[in-house]
Amino acid sequence: MRGGRESGKPADDQWSSRLALTVNGVGHDLTLDNRTTLLDALRERLGLTGSKKGCDHGQCGSCTVLLDGRRVKSCLVLAVTLDGREVITVEGLAGRRLYPLQAAFVAHDAFQCGYCTPGQICSARGMLDEVSRDWPSAVTADLTAPVELTDAEVRERMSGNLCRCAAYPNIVTAIRAAASSR
Amino acid sequence: MSAPPVGAVGREHPRLEGRDKVTGAARYAVEYPVENVTYGWAVPAAATRGRILRVDAAPALALPGVLDVLHHGNAPRLTPGVDADLFLLQEPAVHYRGQFVAVVVAETIEAAREAARLVRIDYDTEPHTTVLSEHHPGLYRPNKVNPSYPTDTEDGDFDGGFAAAEVRVDATYRTPAYHNNPMEPHATTARWRDGRLLVHDSNQGSTPVQATLAELFALPREAVRVVAEHVGGGFGSKGYAKAAVVLAALAARQVDRPVRLALTRQQLFGPIGYRAPTIQRVRLGADADGRIAAVCHDAISQTSTLTEFAEQAAVYTRSMYAGRHRRTTHRVVRLDVPTPFWMRAPGECPGAYALESAMDELATACGIDPVELRIRNDPAVDPEQGLPFTSRNLVACLRDGARRFGWADRDPTPGVRRDGRWLVGTGVAGASYPARARAAAAAATAAPDGTFEVRINATDIGTGARTALWQVAADALDVPVDRVAIRVGDSDLPAAGVAGGSMGTASWSWAVIRACEGLRDRLRQAPGGAVPADGLTVEVSTADEVRAQRPLPRYAYGAHFCEVRVDADTGEVRVPRLLGVFAAGRVVNPTTARSQLIGGMTMGMSMALHEEGLLDERYGDWVNHDLAMYHVSVCADVERIEAYWLPEEDPELNPAGVKGIGEIGIVGTAAAITNAVHHATGVRVRDLPVRLDKLLERPPTR
Repeated sequence: MRGGRESGKPADDQWSSRLALTVNGVGHDLTLDNRTTLLDALRERLGLTGSKKGCDHGQCGSCTVLLDGRRVKSCLVLAVTLDGREVITVEGLAGRRLYPLQAAFVAHDAFQCGYCTPGQICSARGMLDEVSRDWPSAVTADLTAPVELTDAEVRERMSGNLCRCAAYPNIVTAIRAAASSR
Repeated sequence: MSAPPVGAVGREHPRLEGRDKVTGAARYAVEYPVENVTYGWAVPAAATRGRILRVDAAPALALPGVLDVLHHGNAPRLTPGVDADLFLLQEPAVHYRGQFVAVVVAETIEAAREAARLVRIDYDTEPHTTVLSEHHPGLYRPNKVNPSYPTDTEDGDFDGGFAAAEVRVDATYRTPAYHNNPMEPHATTARWRDGRLLVHDSNQGSTPVQATLAELFALPREAVRVVAEHVGGGFGSKGYAKAAVVLAALAARQVDRPVRLALTRQQLFGPIGYRAPTIQRVRLGADADGRIAAVCHDAISQTSTLTEFAEQAAVYTRSMYAGRHRRTTHRVVRLDVPTPFWMRAPGECPGAYALESAMDELATACGIDPVELRIRNDPAVDPEQGLPFTSRNLVACLRDGARRFGWADRDPTPGVRRDGRWLVGTGVAGASYPARARAAAAAATAAPDGTFEVRINATDIGTGARTALWQVAADALDVPVDRVAIRVGDSDLPAAGVAGGSMGTASWSWAVIRACEGLRDRLRQAPGGAVPADGLTVEVSTADEVRAQRPLPRYAYGAHFCEVRVDADTGEVRVPRLLGVFAAGRVVNPTTARSQLIGGMTMGMSMALHEEGLLDERYGDWVNHDLAMYHVSVCADVERIEAYWLPEEDPELNPAGVKGIGEIGIVGTAAAITNAVHHATGVRVRDLPVRLDKLLERPPTR
């Protein structure tokens, strides 16, 4: 989280606040219930239902989106704290063509029911950025060397995104394929 | 392997809905735009057994945006006698902790959620009993076990055969409650209009859900429409109408507005079913060469006070291995718990853990390789029915798996392989799952432009059914796939059964093929072969054909091989390699088939090592009821995992020649892993899951 940013001005009643939120490049002026999570703001107010609610407790990763470029679990973020921030959801990744991670997920059958998939893809995008900045993980042997994107690194870094269908091996393959095409 | 496919069937193909799923465009049950929508939030009972004395909805109703609080005192009436578990908000009785006793409806999800906490309910409680034990005085013999197998079977003289056996294994295995936990919770959007009910619901079969809703709400079936276009997994837990759809429909009727209602993750641990815990005693008596003479499998599990569900854990043993003297029994006890239900391979999955573990113990006792032991006990005919199997390729799976895995020359001695801090072992288990089919209807339409549409109320819960049926249809119509469209997941389509029991593709493709064949016949008869302007449609049902099937033993088979590494100091178990070989008839789409098999195997690993519902006896509920405390396998747990299948042609199955692959991947996997853990450490874990403490109680061999 970035510090020092003023967020969410109180609206007319004690229950809600006004905020400006950019989602997938589109600005929104919103008045939201102070209890509204980013996930519910996306799904129930903006009609962006690509981000999924699997547990509402930050335990499954299905709701993962990118907040100012970093992956977050949107069910754990109160929207009122996000005035002026930028969010990218799964709906914002593809242009006319699929984003490489999306295409790789289709090509490698990296999902079955598809419910965790938007979170997996957003998480993978954030994760690859972390790797490109050489942020170490729990399985990184040498904390000072550049991070090499091995299967073990992908598995470790993607373990916050549950997939009950267990497409994990295909997810790892798809992410590595997309990463190598970057 | 087999010859390259001529048509679409047998070819790799990405999922038809793949693009929609990766872009977020695929809509699940509570994601359809609905005007004037409201939000429902279910309130679980805080008592385990008793009666509701008083519901005080005032504090909840005082919250801005709250529209109503439904409970037994004010909810619309349901038809009694349809389903005790679904007779919700009708009576003050509480049968288990977590039973839904109220629903808050509000203008926003936030208000509904907060108000649900404010509903005050007073109970008159009674003592409860919620712990399964082989000594429970309430154990009884059910009249049948799930779904309709005989409760007990007996052939020959087990007691005499066992007493006379040279080598005897007598072991009791325990499995805990397992919770399905599909990623998408049970969720529904319900709307009433002019006396008709429309629901978008997350289920595994909207034809039966439609039928159940019609009965509950006393409506003709055609007044109920159930759409389940995309479903975020089910693993059995969505195989029947569940609480969410009933509560949403009740709430929508009460407030006369559309209602979205999704259960919370915590609410998925119980009220929607779970895999019953089991206690299974297996006895095997064999000669010194490992040939089984006597086999007995006694299975105990639990059900609720509402509905009898008897997990058929011993049924697996009835047809798996040879043995002249045989007995299987099932006993259940009614506890003050939620009703258990289907979870991926109910019966076979826990049953195979017990029998395939006992086979490993027998192999050790006889000093025979566990692959060879299984081959020696492969029966020529079904050992109970005496009928020939339509095809049985367990031995081929074992041999092919052993070759691929590099099983030959394995040292059977437990606890002697060490690689640094890791104790290393390998294990094997067999697997089987019935290959069944049920009746379905399907329609095929030819359009004048040369395209076709095939319609069937199949449900794609992530299995790849939509894509497989599309491939099957193209071949049956003898046209390229790009001229065929397939529609599934809507009760307005021709009726079909659930995605369950590994019966989906077998049942649905049967109807699709017959509809397409019928359409081709009609096209041949059409004047000049021309399609009329408004198209030509043929709709068929396979009811008669399925009913006429010969009653032969039909099974898919498999063999699991795995390597485990156990940390000698911490007891941590890793599975660096898991390999399965299956014989499951024809494979329609290798892409999605492999995913299904790998998914089942991983869930089996999760069952062996990670998952365990921990019941708090004081409250009669599982304390670890979320995904932080109920562990399911994650990406880091899955290393090298491989699934292969053997070419198999079986003319006694169904027109597509498929056996079903949704469940066999989880059958036997847990035993392969515990057998490997024994090989690595010398510790035989007979109560799942393999936790660190169970390996450290008796320190692994140094």
